[in-house]
Parts: sequence; C-alpha cells; structure tokens
Amino acid sequence: MDRSNLIPAAKFCSHHQVEVTFIRRLQEYELVQVVLIEEEPYLPQEELPEVEKLMRLHYDLNINMEGLDAVRHLLRRTEALQREVQSLRNQLDALR
Amino acid sequence: MAQFIDYYKVLGIDKNAGEKEVKKAYRKLARQYHPDLNPDDKEAQRKFQQVNEAYEVLSDPEKRKKYDKYGKDWQHAEAFEQAEQQRQQQGGFGGQRAYSGGRSGFEGFSEGEFSEFFESMFGRQAGGRSRYRRAAFRGQDYEASLQLRLSEVYKTHKRTLTVDGKNIRITIPAGVEHGQTIKIKGYGGAGVNGGPNGDLYITFQIENDTAFRRDGQHLYKTIDLDLYTAVLGGEITVDTMDGKVKLHVPPETQNGTKVKLKGKGFPVYKKKGQHGDLFLTYEVKIPTQLSDKEKSLFKELAQAR
Repeated sequence: MDRSNLIPAAKFCSHHQVEVTFIRRLQEYELVQVVLIEEEPYLPQEELPEVEKLMRLHYDLNINMEGLDAVRHLLRRTEALQREVQSLRNQLDALR
Repeated sequence: MAQFIDYYKVLGIDKNAGEKEVKKAYRKLARQYHPDLNPDDKEAQRKFQQVNEAYEVLSDPEKRKKYDKYGKDWQHAEAFEQAEQQRQQQGGFGGQRAYSGGRSGFEGFSEGEFSEFFESMFGRQAGGRSRYRRAAFRGQDYEASLQLRLSEVYKTHKRTLTVDGKNIRITIPAGVEHGQTIKIKGYGGAGVNGGPNGDLYITFQIENDTAFRRDGQHLYKTIDLDLYTAVLGGEITVDTMDGKVKLHVPPETQNGTKVKLKGKGFPVYKKKGQHGDLFLTYEVKIPTQLSDKEKSLFKELAQAR
C-alpha cells in the first residue's frame, strides 16, 4: 500500500497533544476515515483539515461525538444552502 | 490611541461575576462565534476574537485584578507593569496563545490579533494561556505485549516490566488467556496540563510448553494405554499440572474412552481456588514386533472367541 499520502494517527495526535483514543472515537462514530496498516491507524492527508476542525470543536467547545456528528451535518447543510443562495443571487443579477 | 474595552460588557456579565459565570458566559459566546461554526463570517471571527480577549483577561486572576484596578486609567498601568516585571523575571503572563498559529491555528488569527488596548496593558507577549488547550486531558495509552509460558500462568505470579524507562511490578493472575488484555491504570503516558496519566494495556501471548491442550479453564490430554491394561484393567499414573495422579483403569476399557478428572484443569481467571477439569482420552496401543510365542497366543485367543 502507498503510504506517502498517509499520516500515522499517533504522530498526528502527538503533534496536537491529543490522545490517540480521540481518533479511534472519531472512527467509531464514522466521523473520519482511518486506514489500518498492520493494526496501526493512519489518516489520509486530505482528511487532516476535517480532523483538525473536529478536534478544535471537541476540545475547544466541549462538544461530544454525537454533537460533532450533528454539527458537521448542519455545517454541510449550511454550506449547501449558502451555495444555493449565491447561485440564486447570481441568476437574479443576470436577470436585472 | 488605544480605546478602552469593557471586557465585562463583551462577555455580558456583571463586574462581580465569579469564575464560573465568566467561564459560562465565555463558553456560550465561543460556541456562538467559533470560526469553525461560522466559516467565512468576518463579523463572527471578530466577535470571537473579542470574546477570547475578554476571557483571557477575566479568567486570569492577576490580569483581572490589574484590569479592575486600572480600568479606564489603563495608561497608568505601565508603572505597575515595570514593578511586576522586576518581581517576576519572566515578565508578562507568558504561555502560548491558543489561536496564534500554534498547533492548528485559524486563518486570520495571528499574534497581533489582540487589541491595541490589550497589548498596551498586558504587553504583546501576554496573550494566550492556551485556555482551550489547557483543558486537562489524559496521557496516551500504551500497549504492550508480554510473552508467557502456559506453565507460568498456572499460578498467580509477579513480573517486573520496563515501560517508558520505568520498572513496573505487576501481578499476573493465574488463568489468564492467550490474547487476553489487561489494563494497568495510570501507567500510560503522562497526562497533559494536570490530566490523568494514560493506561497501560498488556496483551498476553501464551506459548504452550506443556503436554496439555488448553481450552479456557479445561485441559485435554491423550494417554497411551497398553493393550493388556485396557483389556484386563489396572492402575496407571498420569501427569497433571499439579503433580502425578493414580488412576484405576477398569477392565475392557475401549480405545478412545474419555475420563474426566474434576478440578484438575486450569485455574479459573480471578476466581481463587476454582479450577476447570482435565479430560483424558485413552489411546490403546497395540503391541508390535510380536514374537512367535505372542502371535501363537493371540491366535489362541482369537480362536477362543
């Protein structure tokens, strides 16, 4: 398996001073995609911004795993709605 | 000229608000304006910054004391600051800032993000005691594997392990299973910011160095039985985990006969004095390389039936 795009979860956690169990819990709640190589968890590089965001929300605002799931869902909906609003605004401008 | 900022007003609390109220107000506003919850919202980001700054001051007894003492006359705080610096060589309040491009850092949050008022009063380096990250969290859990022999785990015994440069003496209870993991609380990585230590998880790898097959608390063994004892009966001596046992073999014992020796199996994990059973299977051995006399006697026996 090509590991060049994978970051060991332990390294990520050590860098951010959080427990590895945090990544395991994110995985349990299907909030993050973890790749297991020889039973060691790795994070795909493209997942890092999302994991960092979840980490900030969890540790900064004491949001538990269920809350993170709900927040992420709502944020995605908000983003989709914002895109839709922008698109409609553009269409409206074009009509004017 | 820097403008005075009413931090109490920013957090929407009374001047006499206690530590809990400050924290509560801060958490509520932080949730409301957190940049991750308000992407691309500059106004929310600005408010979040203000709320952070207010909390930075009001949650720190020393900063709050200074802020309350000088308040609107903050310009005169310089003398206080100098005296303070002489007293404390470190100066300021030190530490790292939570959102100043450290571990994760938000875009747009840099060291200079504190207001001019804050920096004039507390110095440029005073910002951030990593209030979020200061939240205590457990140290990392460690995982280790320990090789043992089956004969060793028949009895409770002690072992000394070296984990992270420290010697730990642990008790291994009799009856642990191959692949079983036990938790040694507090022997993992050190906690951060006063958090508890992580735990140490030890997984046992048990190598069978005995003549028994183990299945949980029961043991199994096949015993060779000579033809004559099987046919005529007699006494045999068998090895168990805790010594030799004499067994009476009834006459006409068939090949494959199973015998249960109650309580002669493996200790039951964490149930002192309780053992499983030992199951013996007789395997009757037919004599080979018979002499002419033996062949003749067997023929005689065969004809007698």
